[in-house]
Amino acid sequence: MSRINKNYIVRAKNLTKRFGDFTAVNQINFEVEPGEIFGFLGANGAGKTTAMRMLTGLLKATDGDAHVAGHSINGSPEKVKYSIGYMSQKFSLYDDLKVYENIRLYGGIYGLTGKQIRSKIEDILEELNMTALRNKLVRDLPLGWKQKLAFSVALVHDPAVVFLDEPTSGVDPITRRSFWELIYRAARRGVTVFVTTHYLDEAEYCDRVSIMVNGVIEALDTPQKLKEKYHARSMHEVFVHLARKEQ
Amino acid sequence: MRTILFILQKEFLQIIRNKLILGMLFLMPVVQLIILGHAADYEIRHINLLILDQDHSTVSGDLVHHFKASKYFDLLPAANKYEEGLEQMQRGEADIILEIPLGLERELNRGESAEVHLTADAINGVKAGLGTKYASRIIYDYNVERGRAAGGQIITPIDLRYSNWYNPKMNYATFMVPGILVLLLTLVGAFLASINIVREKEMGTIEQLNVTPIKKYQFIIGKLFPFLVIGLMELTIGLVIGKLIFHIQYQGSLVIVYSFAVLYLIAVLGLGLLISTLSDTQQQAMFIAWFFLVVFILMGGLFTPIDSMPLWAQKLTLLNPIRYFIEVVRMVLLKGSNWMDVRWHFRSIFIAGLILNGLAVWNYRKTA
Repeated sequence: MSRINKNYIVRAKNLTKRFGDFTAVNQINFEVEPGEIFGFLGANGAGKTTAMRMLTGLLKATDGDAHVAGHSINGSPEKVKYSIGYMSQKFSLYDDLKVYENIRLYGGIYGLTGKQIRSKIEDILEELNMTALRNKLVRDLPLGWKQKLAFSVALVHDPAVVFLDEPTSGVDPITRRSFWELIYRAARRGVTVFVTTHYLDEAEYCDRVSIMVNGVIEALDTPQKLKEKYHARSMHEVFVHLARKEQ
Repeated sequence: MRTILFILQKEFLQIIRNKLILGMLFLMPVVQLIILGHAADYEIRHINLLILDQDHSTVSGDLVHHFKASKYFDLLPAANKYEEGLEQMQRGEADIILEIPLGLERELNRGESAEVHLTADAINGVKAGLGTKYASRIIYDYNVERGRAAGGQIITPIDLRYSNWYNPKMNYATFMVPGILVLLLTLVGAFLASINIVREKEMGTIEQLNVTPIKKYQFIIGKLFPFLVIGLMELTIGLVIGKLIFHIQYQGSLVIVYSFAVLYLIAVLGLGLLISTLSDTQQQAMFIAWFFLVVFILMGGLFTPIDSMPLWAQKLTLLNPIRYFIEVVRMVLLKGSNWMDVRWHFRSIFIAGLILNGLAVWNYRKTA
């Protein structure tokens, strides 16, 4: 087992989730290489979030397994957690804590030393241009700022892989752009980024993209190859082609 | 251990910033104690008594006078017919009707026994029960007095004298305040703690914690400890109010009371935690907590003495944590009971805490 895992930071094998009669994720298989920006696309209800929740240990798999950062999500889910960061679709930092208090809290939970926490706070505030907002309650920040802060907090313990669930939903195009700059910067530092989205222009920014339709992965490749394969000019056309085929 | 400190720091910051919770924490004990302490009184006064005196004699006049002198009865204007009296009772104006039949004096003077008739409106059972008791007592006293006046000693039966131990002046605040304190602590534990945890579920913030390697016990201790502290603060505020406003003399050791309060809070916090694991929204948590609290409070011995419940209900109260705390607080604060006297209570609440927290931890899931 260890040999395969060395090459892949995430490797799903027949990963399945059933809710009663409904199969949300149906035996999906894929690998993610270290340092990749891996896009996870699909229409609403295609199973992206469910798959991601299984990989992050928030949801138990009905069947199959996945290895994340070398650990099985079934066998040792708590070990997986040291190596991953997660940013949920719904903003989930504490509204009634200040900006720096949120960073300090998660730094502390991940076991950073006091000194590490202090320097993380400074680094993050600087990277996000939020030094002046350090003592502001998070609830008073605009959504775009909150999202960026959530992303940085997900990375506070320098995880090997970070899972982003529709991180840019609901923010304006300019903020989306600067958010993707943050993603690139993290990727350059060697963090693997696993991101779901339904903005198809964002799919073009990914190294590889998988497209889920009704619980299965219909296509998985680089944006360039996918466009060639489906004779499409954009990822949008690829997506429409695959999604329509299903109906 | 360090992780717990970070969680604690967060919890205290959030509590301090929540004006509503702070207000509830400090206003609730003050308002409840002061209002309930003064208003919750078991003694019944102002019983509306209607007298139907058909005898119109010296004897009946004397008897009526005795009732007038009593502090418990308010006399209504006299009526002439029993039916009239019943009508007034129907309208809710008369609580008790005393009917003195024609010929009372004559029969008594002949040395025969005579009857008077009491009719009580038993819609309010407590008022009816106590009212007829007071009335019988007055009639009995009158009998004794008449007997003495007549020079006969045989008529004087056993003379009862009462003395109320541990609450010599029969001050109801003394009796109620310790009980209300218990309710306050229960509210903090079962309500506030469960709502606090469920709020994290509702807001989605708990997900961010669940993807971290935080241990269940770290999260739970971090969540429950602040409410333990708050509960003990409420207890302190309550004890001070009891002393300063109600002038209750605390007889026993406060160390026992605080020690028991800690165990008690752990038990009810376990209940709160269990409720939070069973609910997804704050509303659900409120309803479940409410269900338990109403049963616990009504069966806790604060409003109804446990001794007067049917045997099966008495057995049921053994499962009620409120019961133990109310007994301990009353025994220790009012009677001065010591550790040995309440060791059974300590054991029971400790077991309750183990079971409730065990169930809660077992039912708490980081993974759905």
